[in-house]
Amino acid sequence: MSEATQSQRRPLALNLLITAFIVFWLVLAAFPFVWTVWGSFKVEPDFFSRESWWNAIFGTYTKAQTGSAFTGEGYYGAWVTREFWRAVGNTAIVTLSVTVISLTLGTLGGYALARSGQRYAFWILIAALVFRAMPHITLVSGYLLPFFQLNIWGVLPTSIIVLVAINQPFTLWMLHSFFLSIPKDLDESAMVDGCSRFEAFRRVIIPVMWPGVVTTGLFSFLLAYNDFATTSMLLSADNQTMVPKISSFLGSVQEAGNVMYAVAAVVSATVPLFILVLFFQRQIVSGLTAGAVKG
Amino acid sequence: MPHKTFFAFILPSLIAMVLFIALPIVSVVVQSLYVEHPRILVEVENCQPFGGCTKEVRVDSAAMQDLERSQPMGQFNGLGTYLNRGHLAVDEIGAILADNTGPGDVLSRIYNLPFYKALAFTLVFCFVVTPLAMALGFVIALAVNAVPKVIKGPVIFFSLLPMIITPLVGSLILYWMIQSNGIIGASLQHLFNDPTLSLRASPLLTWLSLLFYGVWSNAPFSFVVFYAGLQTVPGDTLESAMIDGASRWERIRYVIIPHLMPLATFVALVQLMDNFRVFEPIVGFSAEANATSLSWMVFNDLSGDAQLFGSAGATSVLTIIGVIILLTPVLIRTWRDFNHKVV
Amino acid sequence: MKLMFKTTVSLGVLCLTAGAAFADCGIEGAGSVRILSNDFEALRLVNTTAEECAADGVTVTANATAEHKNLQVPALSINPAEYSVAVVANNSIVPLLNDDLIRPLDDLVAKYGQALQPNQLIKIDGKIMAIAFMGNAQHLFYRKDVLDAAGVAEPKSYEDILAAAKAIKDSGAMEYPVAASVKPGWDLAAEFVNAYLGTGAEFFAPGTAELAIDNEHGLKVLETMRALTAYMDPDYLTFDANSIKAEYEAGNTAMMVEWGSLAGATIDDEGAADGVVANTVLAAAPTIGGGTIPAVALWWDGFTIAKNISDEDAAASFQAMVHGISPEMVAANSAVATWLVAGFEPGPAAVGVIATANAGARAYPMQPYMGLLHTALSAELAEYMAGTEDAAQALADVKAAYDTAAKEGGYL
Repeated sequence: MSEATQSQRRPLALNLLITAFIVFWLVLAAFPFVWTVWGSFKVEPDFFSRESWWNAIFGTYTKAQTGSAFTGEGYYGAWVTREFWRAVGNTAIVTLSVTVISLTLGTLGGYALARSGQRYAFWILIAALVFRAMPHITLVSGYLLPFFQLNIWGVLPTSIIVLVAINQPFTLWMLHSFFLSIPKDLDESAMVDGCSRFEAFRRVIIPVMWPGVVTTGLFSFLLAYNDFATTSMLLSADNQTMVPKISSFLGSVQEAGNVMYAVAAVVSATVPLFILVLFFQRQIVSGLTAGAVKG
Repeated sequence: MPHKTFFAFILPSLIAMVLFIALPIVSVVVQSLYVEHPRILVEVENCQPFGGCTKEVRVDSAAMQDLERSQPMGQFNGLGTYLNRGHLAVDEIGAILADNTGPGDVLSRIYNLPFYKALAFTLVFCFVVTPLAMALGFVIALAVNAVPKVIKGPVIFFSLLPMIITPLVGSLILYWMIQSNGIIGASLQHLFNDPTLSLRASPLLTWLSLLFYGVWSNAPFSFVVFYAGLQTVPGDTLESAMIDGASRWERIRYVIIPHLMPLATFVALVQLMDNFRVFEPIVGFSAEANATSLSWMVFNDLSGDAQLFGSAGATSVLTIIGVIILLTPVLIRTWRDFNHKVV
Repeated sequence: MKLMFKTTVSLGVLCLTAGAAFADCGIEGAGSVRILSNDFEALRLVNTTAEECAADGVTVTANATAEHKNLQVPALSINPAEYSVAVVANNSIVPLLNDDLIRPLDDLVAKYGQALQPNQLIKIDGKIMAIAFMGNAQHLFYRKDVLDAAGVAEPKSYEDILAAAKAIKDSGAMEYPVAASVKPGWDLAAEFVNAYLGTGAEFFAPGTAELAIDNEHGLKVLETMRALTAYMDPDYLTFDANSIKAEYEAGNTAMMVEWGSLAGATIDDEGAADGVVANTVLAAAPTIGGGTIPAVALWWDGFTIAKNISDEDAAASFQAMVHGISPEMVAANSAVATWLVAGFEPGPAAVGVIATANAGARAYPMQPYMGLLHTALSAELAEYMAGTEDAAQALADVKAAYDTAAKEGGYL
């Protein structure tokens, strides 16, 4: 639908309503984050105040402890004292590899599922759904012994492969629906022209599949990025990714936590996502358009 | 597509899933049918830094060794674990039904069983959050579709925030905001003029805040998918509807919604499944006292000082069965679509 | 008990002069040292100090992770074990003992353990299975100014705490004078275990895994726990150890039974409201029901050596760990923990733990099925604490949940 003509005809009241709703939603969606960014420059008794939340605004304790209403202590503590940058490096490796491998396997598999009319293709899809229903934590606790036996526990490649596998059902489903929406004639006419199935895939399908792949990639990326169950159990402390690292800042009965380190770390961790979303925003939207429509 | 080509394409993905998901599921199912061998206990003297020496019981691991070597899986128990009090609690339910003082008593006593308590919250969460989050996502998508192009990028990013902030810390911060000294909690107290109002103390309010968090964090997923779907609504259909004099609401009702229906199925499928496995909000909101879920039970079995693999396995299998039951309508629909597909 | 800490202190003076002997690590022989431990500052210090032992032929690596309890059994059951050292506590040593995954240390102690004190040796069935190096316990933190204003003396028992709480609340000084970490889960179960230990009763029928808490002691404990909630913030069911520390530092509460390991962070000059730190007294844990035993569990952290490794690795690991807990390390970091090592001079943050230990508190039980009880308590006491269930029902639920788990575990 063309936007210009639509909005021209929209009555003023409706426009106001839409604007009001968008503002309301944006406040709802973004306020906690904005509040966190603001609070990450305070000390814990202010941001997590037991007295009054106004402390988080005025920085009462921050002033008393550091002499200024804003402090970079959380960031310093997380990045320098507790070496958060290591976790960032590991996360970068894990998320990038998971996304790339998931998408490579998923595109091939999804394409095959979309083009095969055999019964077993349907059952593979259903099996994938059932696989997705398994709570991750049960899966992971089952991996430990074999991984120790094979001496592959604790290193990044193992976690990457596990995350790829755990992520495959979703990737397959999403890409399968996406390939369904690409007209069959496209690759079939290429095959009539003498291409093999794989050549047809390479020459005809790959050039048009990017929007769908980017969208699926976003979800793969988020899964690997936010994963806690797998990475906390399968990686040694040196290879830890961001989320387990952040959780180790939170404290236990043995140690008072540095919750502000966690808050600062979370804020820092969101910056690359912001860039990513802005960068791929157009593809995300157009990708889903072409993709999941056929459900 | 010939079988050979099909498998050539799908093999890598299939191998990954079989190795890392299917085999572990099989082993979990098998494990859940077994319990540990009866342990041979001995009393030994035990000396610690505090309190000197005391007599304490130990497992006689030497005596257990032979038994464990010959039957490493443990003792076959059939469906015993599934039916015990920690899971389906068949005997306990039978006892409750046989001897009770009325339906209220039956309900409250069944709710006292851990599995049913967890199941109750899991189902409520699933069936409240999924439709509400989808509806909210749809409305946001319609609204975002109407904003000027220039601000669309940032609006989309901010709308996605609830989905992309690490749930671990996202729920911690939100939880902080709603506690009685937090900005939202204190404002609510002010608004309702009730200084004792605490969202964390009462079971009802805890459930409501968890449901609210669920809708908040799930809406962006529906939003992205629906917003994308809106871009493909055929312009000519809309225009002909307008020429026919259809109102704005009628256009949404009779053109846009049917067009988005397949998408909605996809979203419902993914969201129902994810919500059935709700876990992070419960821990993030410290809501264990008032709300537990099936995934939380699995976590509790595995994270204690003594890990109960059989019990966790049984709960996991029950979770899978629950998901399959929930998704049956969607699966039947997929089956029909699949059969319609021209081979 | 009293004796023990006195010896510790006097030995410390001796060791200060003899300290130079520990300056370098000098492991005899070669081998690979691989440490698995929980992730907190004191253990990270031990690990870093042990890592100093890396030399020609000796490699030392450490993995400090909060998931150590989940990792240790599979990691030590393979041969050779993934880790040569597992750092454990009263509760986490149990799975290793159950599956026979750690080796007796008697010969290693004889050979390399001269610096260890007798009370550091954890002996099971006459064999040394672990070397303890730090202790921990919950104990009473209270605000002297608030109690003085309300005209109450230092509470010695939970009954005193209830009376003091009433006096403070009635005087209007504080609305919620008591705080406790009763968040359902591990914390709540630990509170019950603590109080029950204070009654002097046993959790299990002697020699068996039969649960024995369904008695007047169990009811007394539950009754006390619930009576305290009347003086707690209404959100008490969401409070864990770190939350009550924050409540206390903000000046919202006057008395709490809190972990000794958090005392240092509570009485430092950061994050507390005016007057809180200056007026804080760390005292022994309260008794319960007219008993004389402090109603808390004592905890130790120690190291164990894996069974499935070569003797060479075991010897290197033992020496590295002995170096890791050397008196020099302890002397340089005496504020970090309540060390059980020779030469430890307790700082102001350790007085509560020491007072509790000296008053005769009991250690957290090490029965193989104690973990099952802890898990059962963690889930089944929540409704009682919320006030929606009576004590008899709560105990019945705990027993039912425990029996189910114990049958699955092969104990019943």
